[in-house]
Amino acid sequence: MSKDVRDAFHRWEQEVLAPALSKKPEREQEFSTISNHPIERLYTPADVEGLDYQRDLGMPGEYPYTRGIHPTMYRGKLWTMRQFAGFGTAKDSNKRYHYLLSQGQTGLSVAFHMPTIMGYDSDHDRSRGEVGKTGVSIDTLDDMETLFQGIPLDKVTTSMTINAPATILFSMYLAVAKKQGVSWDHVGGTTQNDILKEYIAQKSWIYPPKPSMRLITDMMAFASQHVPRWNTISISGYHIREAGSTAVQELAFTLADGIGYVQAGIEAGMDVDEFAPRLSFFFNAHNDFFEEIAKYRAARRIWARTMKERFGAKNPKSMMCRFHTQTAGCSLTAQQPYNNIVRTSIQALAAVLGGTQSLHTNSLDETLALPTEEAVTIALRTQQIIAQESGVAATIDPFGGSYFVEKLTSEMEEKALRYIQQIEDMGGIIEAIEKGFPQKEIGNAAYLYQKQLESNEKIIVGINEYVETDEQPIPTMQLDPEVERIQIENVRRVKAKRDMAQVQKTLQTLEQAARGKDNVMPYIIDAVQSYASLGEICDVFREVFGEYHDPKWL
Amino acid sequence: MPRNKTLRILVAKPGLDGHDRGAKVVARALRDAGFEVVYTGLHQTPKMIVNAAIDEDVDAVSLSVLSGAHMYLFPEVIKLLRDQGASDIKVFGGGIIPDEDIKELEKQGVAKIFTPGATLESITTWVHENITSTKG
Repeated sequence: MSKDVRDAFHRWEQEVLAPALSKKPEREQEFSTISNHPIERLYTPADVEGLDYQRDLGMPGEYPYTRGIHPTMYRGKLWTMRQFAGFGTAKDSNKRYHYLLSQGQTGLSVAFHMPTIMGYDSDHDRSRGEVGKTGVSIDTLDDMETLFQGIPLDKVTTSMTINAPATILFSMYLAVAKKQGVSWDHVGGTTQNDILKEYIAQKSWIYPPKPSMRLITDMMAFASQHVPRWNTISISGYHIREAGSTAVQELAFTLADGIGYVQAGIEAGMDVDEFAPRLSFFFNAHNDFFEEIAKYRAARRIWARTMKERFGAKNPKSMMCRFHTQTAGCSLTAQQPYNNIVRTSIQALAAVLGGTQSLHTNSLDETLALPTEEAVTIALRTQQIIAQESGVAATIDPFGGSYFVEKLTSEMEEKALRYIQQIEDMGGIIEAIEKGFPQKEIGNAAYLYQKQLESNEKIIVGINEYVETDEQPIPTMQLDPEVERIQIENVRRVKAKRDMAQVQKTLQTLEQAARGKDNVMPYIIDAVQSYASLGEICDVFREVFGEYHDPKWL
Repeated sequence: MPRNKTLRILVAKPGLDGHDRGAKVVARALRDAGFEVVYTGLHQTPKMIVNAAIDEDVDAVSLSVLSGAHMYLFPEVIKLLRDQGASDIKVFGGGIIPDEDIKELEKQGVAKIFTPGATLESITTWVHENITSTKG
């Protein structure tokens, strides 16, 4: 059959295409994705000749999960609509969470402010000017109790974007659950806890890679025993892409990080099926529609094969690449910001057609400030329109079998596997990071993309094409300038009224655990329950593990 | 001694935020445009930045702030430069900075703020036209 197709293609090129091209050439000499991956004029059955349906695609819910991880996908249950939110004090953010839940959002996603992310209390000198700005300020368990006031932790799942101090925020969350009378085996959610991508892309680290990996494996071991519904790591390509990577780099470096965590878990003495079912992923949804869909499909296939063939996983759940998606913040423009609603819709549609398990849609005003309530509502409604009006959730993997999408999926898989092999040849992801390999690849891609924009090789509407000169500003959210003062008072008040002897005792035993081989999780839980602050606990680890500083490459 | 006329620019990431895509792309563009570029690395306090600016004998400091902490970080760098008698070192920068904050920062002595969508060419051109050597 494919010989017939090839013959027909050849005939078409000569008899139909050539005359058309001679009359009117195409718009470009060559077409490519936003990541410079070449795209052909037409794809036919000849392009998918080598593809074996059973081996390479399979049925949804079956190995290698290319078509989706669930047998019914969105016919059974829609993706979780999970808007990332957090600002100001815990009280401010608690109000926003209640609002989002009242509007039909089905899960929470906590954004922390920079001091929490970097392990400083709000009253620390390094926190000046930063309190409550990019997320909610959490210093002690007291703040966490306020953050989840009136939100039953056995009914709502929560994702927390926290990395270097993830063990501490997870401990605080468990302490709040305990206070609510919710047993830990009913607690569900995710900690991002992906330190490898911090060294690669987002660069919010505290300690060096090796002790950081120990904190992660301690948490994996603890959660697999005590909090079985918790996703211990959300292995994140999102930030890699935002740092300027291509789609293939996002795919490759994320899965390479995943491989790094699996190896670390095995080296820590765990059986792969003990922890791998709770590893989840987090991808970006950028502008290039088909490239994104192919990326998600390739991710599922690569992960399934790696887990089964390389790590010998037996539990199908260990092989499933479950993932959250966020539309691309870096694709949004400050110019003509209402266009961002359209960009986000296209990106969200790609994520859904790619089979995401949960989704955050960005708000139109996020290149200007934190989003207003109105902008957040439009972003959430975008998902609801896709889910309820567009019809795309009615069937599974609608692009499966498309000559183009299948070919692109295979090409991205091949390119990603080549990167993963290169990283293996360096000795693994930690060694590659220490050499600066992924960092430099991403930096080069980011610079190339910017140059392509400036030479109009790539077009962004409102930036280098269809530019408007006299734009009217849109309303943006204003943060209460008093937040810093209020939160410093909060943390000082909590610190003043705690039992200091108890705090010191828990911090000292934590320090001993950190120096030894014990799992640190129970000690952190004791410390947070004595209202030891995040900064104090991080200081214990800083003392034991040291701090990481970045190599100053350009 | 003939003076080296090549302008030196310190590109810095103040505060706790690690998003360095913008800082690094701008640093490379400035270098490709013929300036000498010194990059501080991440998580710098205003004091660290001012010390580096003086030690490295730069003509201007470029700050990248995406974390909303610009109203503290920019003025603090300017104040510390002034305290060190180095207010001839100009401060410019970019990030997610609302219009009304830009006006206020300019009042406080920031030479120029670039916002999302600014081209590299507009930045290097501005530096060519507005930064002069601090070495007499």
